Amino acid sequence: MRPITLLFLLVSVTLGLLVLGLAVGSTGWSPPWGDPTAMQIVWDIRAPRCAGAWLAGALLGLGGAIAQGLFRNPLADPYLLGSSSGAALGVAVLLALLGVSPVASAWSLRLGLTGAAFVGAVGAVSLTLILARGVQHTLRLLLAGVVVGVVLGALSALTMLMVPDIMRAMQAFMMGTTGFLGWNSVTILASTLVVSVLVAFGCSRALDALTLGDSAAVSLGVRLAGVRMLLIAAMALATGAAVAQAGLISFVGLVAPHLVRSRVNATNGPVLVLSALFGGVLLLSADIVARWVWAPQELPVGVLTAVLGGGYLLWRMNRGG
Amino acid sequence: MNSPHHANALSADIKAVRLSKQLVLHPISLKLPSGRWTAIVGPNGAGKSTLLRTLAGLQPCDGQIGLQGRPLSEWPAKERARALAWLGQSEAGADDLSALDVVMLGRLPHQAWLAPASPADHAAVQQAMTQTHCWAWKERTLAHLSGGERQRVLLARALAVQAPIVLMDEPLAHLDPPHQADWLCIVRELVKQGVTVVSVLHELNMALQADDLVVMAKGLVRHHGPVDSPLAHAALQEVFDHRLKLFNVEGQWLAMPYTA
Repeated sequence: MRPITLLFLLVSVTLGLLVLGLAVGSTGWSPPWGDPTAMQIVWDIRAPRCAGAWLAGALLGLGGAIAQGLFRNPLADPYLLGSSSGAALGVAVLLALLGVSPVASAWSLRLGLTGAAFVGAVGAVSLTLILARGVQHTLRLLLAGVVVGVVLGALSALTMLMVPDIMRAMQAFMMGTTGFLGWNSVTILASTLVVSVLVAFGCSRALDALTLGDSAAVSLGVRLAGVRMLLIAAMALATGAAVAQAGLISFVGLVAPHLVRSRVNATNGPVLVLSALFGGVLLLSADIVARWVWAPQELPVGVLTAVLGGGYLLWRMNRGG
Repeated sequence: MNSPHHANALSADIKAVRLSKQLVLHPISLKLPSGRWTAIVGPNGAGKSTLLRTLAGLQPCDGQIGLQGRPLSEWPAKERARALAWLGQSEAGADDLSALDVVMLGRLPHQAWLAPASPADHAAVQQAMTQTHCWAWKERTLAHLSGGERQRVLLARALAVQAPIVLMDEPLAHLDPPHQADWLCIVRELVKQGVTVVSVLHELNMALQADDLVVMAKGLVRHHGPVDSPLAHAALQEVFDHRLKLFNVEGQWLAMPYTA
């Protein structure tokens, strides 16, 4: 398939899903067309939720494509450098601080859950960079990412153990949810997506050169340290924003670039953009399914992406792909 | 080609090179003349690849490297990339890219940021791929190529840079005899056009086809000079423990392992 064909396909599927998403509500299929009060509900609740789910998925898909290109590893995902456990720790600490003292509560409320998750995610990636002493060695970066992930994960487990009240809220965050996305979230997600897509696309030629190895890339005039730093920043920003708004959604970032690469052979520029679109399509359709199949109950969307994404990878593996 | 002619394409004044704290290169002073093909030879672990990487500016060193008479560190990255092309040892990866995409990467130093390929880029890519006989399957991805076919694509990638200096580390890996012969023709043609070629070669008989030899052992350059001089042969014998037999067949030197 040519990249442009896949682009048109993904854009039209996105538009179709958006229409479908607006027509599916908490009671299942309930198209609002023609009813002013229903239209208002749709505009306030369903529309930002659909747009937000698509945008969060797109950010994760982009983050995954950057990670896989940068680390030249098909198993790399956007949470690789510790951003997910950093975000979880941020949320846990914030929830634990609520109610400790008036000052702490006021401070926590001002930062908000999404702010805490974002600070946690970006902080964890910065910690990984410091521990790896910069971006010179990819292996050291990966190891530092693993260490940061494990240690921060242990810290949030400890926080939960000490303040058991926060467990339910933490669980919702860990499973990932698209239920709280409003127009504010959509604005944040959309602007992050624009910035990180532009940065990633700007570095895409350097990513292509990097497929030949570090030495070949340097010999072609690529400024390795600068490019790595920019891409890691874009990845941390994209992942941090997605996790902050929608919780820990698994597998979208890992699977979206694979789905793109199994359909088109292209350089990193198109792959990055298409992975973002595919990630958006994946999360939006998972969100619609999660709302629909069991209405009026709702499945946690993170559980759905994990089951479907894991199933897809297994299928790919057994196909020998 | 696009740069002023300079007597020495590369000059090295190396005090030491360390790889993870281990001393790999001892003091080396070397001047590689322009428009000649120099082959670096020596036993395993002599520091051949490290010397080549140092010359290319890919390996930090205690000392100074000069590229066309100007310190390497003073060259802007892109300008240096146009002056010096590099082909590494078994460059892996790039499985998802087509052969054409890979060779086009050689034009990166000539292109403005994110600029589309110019007619000159397309011409350079086609010429390089025709030279290494890989134009026929330009659309195939690297994952679907054999080791030798891949090596020809990577060689075309280095040639597409059209740099006046080309450094190659073990460029003959995976190549069968006809394509080794093709490689020789390409190198001779480059040298005829005034290009400086420096290659690390494991295969002594190929190295003996070069203009000059750099004979290395234990991190030191033991000899540097024309390939047919008795001094070069003496140095070869010395670094290979006198276990070589050198023949002259129809004006061409050949080296055979000597079993006494």
